[in-house]
Amino acid sequence: MIRYLSFRIGQAILVMWATTVVVFLLFFVGPGPNQVARTFAGRLATPARLAQIKHDLHLDQPLYLQYLHWVGNLLQGNLGYDYYKGQSVNSVVAAALPATISLVIGAAILWIGYGVISGIISAVRPRTLLDRSFTVSALFFYSMPTFVLGLSLIWIFAYKLSPVTQFFPFHGYVPITSNPGQWFEYLILPWLTVSMVTAAGYTRLTRTAMLDVLGEDYIRTARSKGMREGRVIVVHGLRSALTPVVTLAGLDIGTALGGVIITETLFGIPGLGWTIVQAINVQDLPEIMGIVVLAATFVVFANLVVDILYAVLDPRVRLY
Amino acid sequence: MSMIPDVTGGDPVAELAVEGGEPIPVGRKLIQGRSPWQLAWERLRTDRAAVIAAVTIAAIVIAALMAPLIAAWVGHGPNQQFIDIGENANGGPVPPSGIFWLGTDSSGRDLFVRIVYGARVSLAVGVLATMIAIALGVLFGLAAGYLGGFVDIFIARVIDVMLSIPFLVIAISLATILHPSFWLVIFVVGILSFTYPARIVRGQVISLKEKEYILAARALGARPLRIMFVDLLPNVLAPVIVYGSLLIPASIVLEATLSFLSVGIPPPTADWGQMISDASGYYQYGYWWYLLFPSLALLITTLAFNILGDSVRDALDPRGGGIYV
Amino acid sequence: MNDVNPVPAGSADGSGDDDVLLRVENLVKYFPVKSGGFFRPREYVHAVDDVSFTVRRGQTFGIVGETGCGKSTLGRSIARLYDVTSGRIVFDGKDISKISQRRMRPLRREIQLIFQDPMGSLNPRRRVGSIIGDPFAIHGLASGAERKRRVQELMERVGLNPEHFNRFPAEFSGGQRQRIGVARALAFRPKLIICDEPVSALDVSIQAQVINLLADLQAEFGLTYLFIAHDLSVVRHVSDTVGVMYLGKLTEVSPADELFTVPRHPYTGALLSAVPLPDPDQSDQRHQIVLVGDVPSPIMPPSGCRFHPRCPKAAPVCVSEDPKLEPRLGDGPEHLAACHLPMAEGESLAEARPTIGATERVVEAEGVLSPEGGKS
Repeated sequence: MIRYLSFRIGQAILVMWATTVVVFLLFFVGPGPNQVARTFAGRLATPARLAQIKHDLHLDQPLYLQYLHWVGNLLQGNLGYDYYKGQSVNSVVAAALPATISLVIGAAILWIGYGVISGIISAVRPRTLLDRSFTVSALFFYSMPTFVLGLSLIWIFAYKLSPVTQFFPFHGYVPITSNPGQWFEYLILPWLTVSMVTAAGYTRLTRTAMLDVLGEDYIRTARSKGMREGRVIVVHGLRSALTPVVTLAGLDIGTALGGVIITETLFGIPGLGWTIVQAINVQDLPEIMGIVVLAATFVVFANLVVDILYAVLDPRVRLY
Repeated sequence: MSMIPDVTGGDPVAELAVEGGEPIPVGRKLIQGRSPWQLAWERLRTDRAAVIAAVTIAAIVIAALMAPLIAAWVGHGPNQQFIDIGENANGGPVPPSGIFWLGTDSSGRDLFVRIVYGARVSLAVGVLATMIAIALGVLFGLAAGYLGGFVDIFIARVIDVMLSIPFLVIAISLATILHPSFWLVIFVVGILSFTYPARIVRGQVISLKEKEYILAARALGARPLRIMFVDLLPNVLAPVIVYGSLLIPASIVLEATLSFLSVGIPPPTADWGQMISDASGYYQYGYWWYLLFPSLALLITTLAFNILGDSVRDALDPRGGGIYV
Repeated sequence: MNDVNPVPAGSADGSGDDDVLLRVENLVKYFPVKSGGFFRPREYVHAVDDVSFTVRRGQTFGIVGETGCGKSTLGRSIARLYDVTSGRIVFDGKDISKISQRRMRPLRREIQLIFQDPMGSLNPRRRVGSIIGDPFAIHGLASGAERKRRVQELMERVGLNPEHFNRFPAEFSGGQRQRIGVARALAFRPKLIICDEPVSALDVSIQAQVINLLADLQAEFGLTYLFIAHDLSVVRHVSDTVGVMYLGKLTEVSPADELFTVPRHPYTGALLSAVPLPDPDQSDQRHQIVLVGDVPSPIMPPSGCRFHPRCPKAAPVCVSEDPKLEPRLGDGPEHLAACHLPMAEGESLAEARPTIGATERVVEAEGVLSPEGGKS
């Protein structure tokens, strides 16, 4: 077990390192050192400023030193300095993070809840109308691109049904600390947008996993011994079905940053996704690189946690 | 070695009759067995939802292929702006009518014709990107699964790195650094999608590696390359086909998403994602058709491919408990 | 390292060397037990543990034993499908034990295998003609129409209808699939064919056909067989010499008839008593020897003679000393047994009682403890 842990953690570190190299090559090197300085300087690009930036970023030094300098900063938790905005990337991230977290966590609760429950119902009553409608709706939403769903929701709730549903604002964000009620209102539609698409996969997954388990012999034995059906489903069926669901949820939350880019852009939520899109549009390199590394860290970390959980739950785990 | 009396006289036909449990041939005609592919095809053929989906897709493909003809028949080109009759007093689109069947877009172009042309882009990107993804995925999956060792570790790490960076970020960045174009979109979507087929193929290969017929091939002296492509490939095709048919709609959605963010195929090429993006600035003023019809087109196409892909999966692996049966 | 070392003249069994096609010397094959760890595993499966025997040209050497005794591993190791842990394999005068897979490739035309599972050994997604044509394709011996002709020739020779060469394996019966396997092995006209339980998965009447086919082919092409099976009666019919394997070691080697009339090793005796007799009166009169316990795990084999936990005649020497495979009780050099207390002619095991304590036996059988404090 310890061996597996250390190997797996080593693997994660390796992947993180490789990712930083790729990000560095892609953004830092791609444009070329003059470009980089110019891009970093942004609007304030006077020759003096450019010279200062070049010096700060060690752009006159060989490539690997620049890389080491950057990675050194990263390891200290410094994601870089955004010359365009005149603040550190860390502060930009800190400002944007609560919005994204609110969005992701809320949506995750919705999609996992809905997905698992509908999956259980489908598995317990297979081939009934309820089952089929769940599956059909799952397929329907699964096929819908996020932005189409988002726009449709906005259209229906914000336009068509207003004056009745005036309470569904669709643009902007209010932090929970300032006004919980409004925070909730502003997030309803975004939550629905993110979760309806993702939930579809969970319905199907839970349904399949539970059907597999409920068909096993030991379930039959439990029933014949008189165990109540509810207990059978929850205690036995759910426990086995939950493993793939937890795995998938972990991975989905880990990659959530990429997943919410569209939604944040559409609903004007100033989270990390929205920030990075803006950054790319103006070629704000430090911000892009900082946020990308942060996102990659989430993903690698989520993968690691999921793998370790698996190793804990399933003693037969293999190395790769 | 002593001889054991041979009951059947060595006749393969008579052997069938003696073994029992097999169809007993009458005279010299043997009952034809069916290959696994033929059985799967049978199941697919009788699946109603699959047939409807397939017909829908066929209709879309035909419309896409015949786009120039349709445009000529309607009389409006895809990029032709009708400033006078195609735009209203405020410069906005006009609703569906006898002239413009689905209305116009914000530049006064015939929406119906543009949607038909948009199908070309979506289908082309969907299919081509999927082909690239599958080809790369199969290649890497075979290598990683069969050769194992360092090759496997290396490929697995590469995939990990690729998956850790959000796809949209890479796509947008690449499109911004280089110039967005048709082929760039295809390559970006294709190359960034190969990770999933690679994982699937690798898993399959690992489980097939120890099968006796692979051992037999090695005993004959076959080289690893031959074993991978001649012996393993036909056996990993089934999940690859399933995955491919589900990858097409995913690629179409990705392409539309890129266009929505203005980093896809550049205008004035008709593209559903781009139309929806443009329409998102207009629909709140009542121009509902501009948003509705491209969205419907996208949705129907994706839905049809997903249903077909689902049915293909059920046909190739009927133990899944399909709901369309 | 010299990989084409001719074996020096004057071998242990005294026979002439050009007569010997295959000589196996002290062959050992261990598999590491995967403990999920990254570092050197601490346990091994002793699949083949110090096996030596010789096979002469044109002969059939039978290897018989229970499931798990290592006979399949032995066959595959000889064909170099596995790397050898230690020991020597000398094929046609060449030492092939340590040569690389690349050097082995041309030699593969001379050693072929037939597998046990008729369905498993054929690729279900390939057509039969393509499967049988594999040898020609792999070694570039024939192509196109010429290959098709030779494939159909082979199909006919093994008793298949040559017009079926475009069919899939699933469309054939078990016996026919096994014939396909034979045809594929035959394509090269190999010198040695290792038959790994070729008839175990077939119905009895079909077994007869396949065995007769193998006999015909041997006569026609001068083939040498290494015939691995667990069915004694089958082995008796096909073999010239028989080796009995138990837990990775050869317990007895003898010309076929002699093995069945004058078995030396108690394990052979027990196996023989389990063979069903066609005559019900004879069968009733016979005392069946029922062996106690299960075959121990090959990860921790018992000390001394590996059979001692189950042997009806076990004595203290059997626990402490591993008997050598050599002629016993005045037998000639062709009949070897690895036993401290071999059976005399006509001896009945039903009367035998072991002289070691029951606790020792049970504890031995589970490999938990042994007088020396446990083996690896």
